[in-house]
Amino acid sequence: MKDKTPVTIEVRNLVKTFGSFKALDGVDLKVDGGELVALLGPSGSGKTTLLRIVAGLDWPDSGEVFINGEDALAQGARERHVGFVFQHYALFRHMTVFENVAFGLRVQPRAVRKDEAGIRARVKELLDLVQLDWLSDRYPSQLSGGQRQRIALARALAIEPRILLLDEPFGALDAKVRKELRKWLRSLHHEINVTSIFVTHDQEEALEVANRVVVMDKGRIEQIGSPDDVYDNPATAFVHGFIGESIVLPVEVANGAVRLGDRPLDLAAGGLAPGASRMFVRRHDMLVGPPGSGAFEGAVRHVRNFGPVQRAEVALSGGETIEIDAPRDRELRAGDTIGLDPRRYRIFAG
Amino acid sequence: MSALAARRRTLPGFGLTMGLTLSWLSIIILIPLAGLFLKSLELSPEQFWNILSSRRTLNALRVSFGLAFAAASVNLVMGSIIVWALVRYRFPGRRIFDAIVDVPFALPTAVAGVALTALFAEKGWLGAPLAALGIKVAFTPVGIFVAMIFIGIPFVVRTVQPVLQDLDPEIEEAAGSLGASRWQTIIRVILPSLAPALLTGLALAFARAVGEYGSVIFIAGNLPNVSEIAPLLIVIRLSEFRYADATAIAVVMLVVSFVIIFAVNRLQRWARSRVPAR
Repeated sequence: MKDKTPVTIEVRNLVKTFGSFKALDGVDLKVDGGELVALLGPSGSGKTTLLRIVAGLDWPDSGEVFINGEDALAQGARERHVGFVFQHYALFRHMTVFENVAFGLRVQPRAVRKDEAGIRARVKELLDLVQLDWLSDRYPSQLSGGQRQRIALARALAIEPRILLLDEPFGALDAKVRKELRKWLRSLHHEINVTSIFVTHDQEEALEVANRVVVMDKGRIEQIGSPDDVYDNPATAFVHGFIGESIVLPVEVANGAVRLGDRPLDLAAGGLAPGASRMFVRRHDMLVGPPGSGAFEGAVRHVRNFGPVQRAEVALSGGETIEIDAPRDRELRAGDTIGLDPRRYRIFAG
Repeated sequence: MSALAARRRTLPGFGLTMGLTLSWLSIIILIPLAGLFLKSLELSPEQFWNILSSRRTLNALRVSFGLAFAAASVNLVMGSIIVWALVRYRFPGRRIFDAIVDVPFALPTAVAGVALTALFAEKGWLGAPLAALGIKVAFTPVGIFVAMIFIGIPFVVRTVQPVLQDLDPEIEEAAGSLGASRWQTIIRVILPSLAPALLTGLALAFARAVGEYGSVIFIAGNLPNVSEIAPLLIVIRLSEFRYADATAIAVVMLVVSFVIIFAVNRLQRWARSRVPAR
């Protein structure tokens, strides 16, 4: 399967409603061959619905899906040759690990089905790939969560899928196993080079594993970009708030100036629409200076240390309370009055 | 150390409940069964053999066990389909149909027998059209078969239903996306997962049909050697004061039932070992 050219996926204007709930509200997405794309969003954002429609497990109300340029909606899940890994694995409980992985090979039409020796060899190869060949005689109930997840992946890969779709692949695992599997998934993807999409609500996971991140909210795509892109240049207020920790301050844009409450801030307002807006700043982008310097002034309420940074709760002179992360080279103490200058910030209308 | 451990048992009352369990089971089940065996010992082995090998006894046992097995098999198939519809689909009246499944549980068997007989009698709603086709149901072995199906169906439905409800629809989606056809999914994934419950349902429906008396005797016609069930023969022997004959037949029924239930139980265990709990 390594010698095959990876397949592209394209969806156009997908709409899907469940009763009165709009799960997908006009979604367009293009995935290039060999990409590892994360669909990131809160629950109810439509990311799993989108994945299921690509897999052929759900059908859109309108819109188009193309896999490798072919109209996928004309095919059922069976014909699409899509590997799907379910959030709760959906392993066959009455089959051993070996038989689970072999399932996709055994149900192939007789004309293309491998013989028993061929199936054995292929399953062995896949179990080696997920590093679990020593478990082949166990039943799924005897495995840990991480092992089940890897078996589910091996099972999906057995049919040499054209694309690989993973629904919250690490959602049900504990934090440590999750971190290990993330790295493992990324290197596995590198090795097998199959166009892959995975769904997650965990921004860290999306940023660490994917080479492109699709941020979704309320059935729409908010932003598509590289992990750096969505973190550093969030396109919308939602993306800024959802990815990374943000300080959000209600501001007013008027006459080319930005005001917080009744105080004008020393910030450029060029190109901003006048009216009520929200200002987003990353916690670590608030630089601490002496009182009077910077756009804000405030009093430190209390300070806690988190490894290399100190997290300070600061009451701004306008009344708002924010949390900032400052390097520990300059010790902050409760009661200090400090000036704060946002090194990077974004202002979104509304 | 062990005294301390015993005192610290988290669930107290083991001695009391265990004692009650054993005495109750003895009084209700074991002693009557032992009495049955003792009574049959009044017969010499030769007499015992003669009773059993009489044509009428053999035919009655054949009718009871053969038809019970046939009826349980039909219930297995139809019951599975009913369970599937009740669990997997939402349709108007689903709850009503779900409740109707329990009717054979609750209905006095004599009432069921009278109702079925009226329905399948030569002038009955179903009996008349069937008679026109040349099929006689009431007062033939077919009638016994129908009655046994009637009383057995809830056993299959109610044992399989909770297991199917627990079966994640995702495993069917997984099978489909791995390239399995609908048929392959049913044969390779769904049925094996349900196998232990299906076998239990089969065993219960069978046991119930073998023991059924009330509904069957109304519709059977009770012709010796043709449509006479073993429980009825026992009653007849009792009414003739041939107690030993009655117990001999009863013992055979007991032993055969026990062997069959035991076999199904082994089969079930084997199936369950292949479907470990989650």
